Amino acid sequence: MVETKIRVLVAKPGLDGHDRGAKTVASVLRDRGMEVVYTGLHQTPEMIAEAAMQEDVDVVGLSILSGAHMELFPRVRDELVKRGMGHVLLVGGGIIPSDDMRKLESAGFAKLFGPGTRTDDIGAYIEAEMAKRRARNAAS
Amino acid sequence: MRPARGTAVPAPGTACSPRSSKPLKDQADTVVNGLVARFRAGEKAALARAISWAENGSPEFAGFLREVYATVGRAWRTGVTGPPGAGKSTLVNELAKVLRARARTVGILAVDPSSPITGGALLGDRIRMEERTSDPGVYIRSMASRGSHGGLSRAASDACDAIDAFGIDEILLETVGVGQAEYDVVSATDTVLVVLCPGAGDGIQAMKAGILEVADVLVVNKVDLPGSDRLLLDLEEAAHIRHAGRSAWIPPVVGCSAGKSQGIEDVVAALERHRQHLEAAGLDAVRAEKRVAQVQRVLQERLGAALWSEGGQGRRARTLLAAGRTPYDVVDELAAALVGALRGAG
Repeated sequence: MVETKIRVLVAKPGLDGHDRGAKTVASVLRDRGMEVVYTGLHQTPEMIAEAAMQEDVDVVGLSILSGAHMELFPRVRDELVKRGMGHVLLVGGGIIPSDDMRKLESAGFAKLFGPGTRTDDIGAYIEAEMAKRRARNAAS
Repeated sequence: MRPARGTAVPAPGTACSPRSSKPLKDQADTVVNGLVARFRAGEKAALARAISWAENGSPEFAGFLREVYATVGRAWRTGVTGPPGAGKSTLVNELAKVLRARARTVGILAVDPSSPITGGALLGDRIRMEERTSDPGVYIRSMASRGSHGGLSRAASDACDAIDAFGIDEILLETVGVGQAEYDVVSATDTVLVVLCPGAGDGIQAMKAGILEVADVLVVNKVDLPGSDRLLLDLEEAAHIRHAGRSAWIPPVVGCSAGKSQGIEDVVAALERHRQHLEAAGLDAVRAEKRVAQVQRVLQERLGAALWSEGGQGRRARTLLAAGRTPYDVVDELAAALVGALRGAG
């Protein structure tokens, strides 16, 4: 009777009051059968990493529209690693120039999603990545 | 099965490496022992993983609980229930603040509903507990109800055991707020706090809903809103009608405004009075009975499943029903055969 769900933390780091995108993504992931923890606005990197650890999530999704992604996203990653959570699937989205996306994707972020992304693509990406990881864990 | 991270990828050549000839059970033991060591060292991540095992019904949880069971029983468990919007999360956050000011460590388990259609869940209780996130003396975990009644009460009770064994003083278990399953969940706690608010029905509604049967402490939240005086009186009267002369504990009715941090000390005082009452009345016996009920629940679940599949009851039932028998006649026949076999064996 083992029942494993994909657990996701959706978080908004920094001083950015727009969470419609984050809420939309959270709802879409829930509708795909995931358990989504949403922590609300104005989170520090420490708060996000702490919540991810206490909730034992598989995925952390960051949403940012303020332009501070190159400052805040790496700090979230560092705080996660500090808490032994370097294994989570780390994704992000928002108004992020493509150069910055590439930099983040070579610095611990699995994937960044920009404006115009279809929400189903985000869900499908997470499911495919989690399936790969679980297959790897089962084999080891 | 999700192996514990950190212990999941063994160094080559160790007991549980992929080419190891050790049986699976030993590998599972290694995972459990690794987690128990980190748990005992006070790593919250290890507590979090133990709770995931409990939620998922993973077989590792039984091994984990065996290792730490001797330290279970020190925490006080308060269940917080009440209709949606009554202010459960806000009150839990305020209770945690007062308890922390008294140097008590706090574990919060917040249950939100799973969608019956997709099985997914949006867990948003942390938003109202944000101030507590960076406090090292607090652990917060969101849990989805995942549909099945028995499953949730087992997972919630197991999660409470894990938080308790971790050495946390006070556990606040916040429920979804709707339906009969609530009572199974709060039955795993020592004190049940029911929170209501004015404008959501009168005292008769409260009596109908059956909350007086489970409440040890009744809280009227948003007490600054119109209608709260009436609700306070109605509840006090209903509590007396039900309990006076029949039980040694009459649930006190306390007003507060959690959103304004008012009256929380009174709620904590009422919770402490109930704790003192239970301790004087014989807490060990009460808790022992709850463990017995837990064994009965899990045993029924497991035996029922085993009888149905491996025991062939499902197949027999189909045959008998196909022969035109009524459902109750089928149950009678199957039960009589099973009980007869047990008597014969005994």
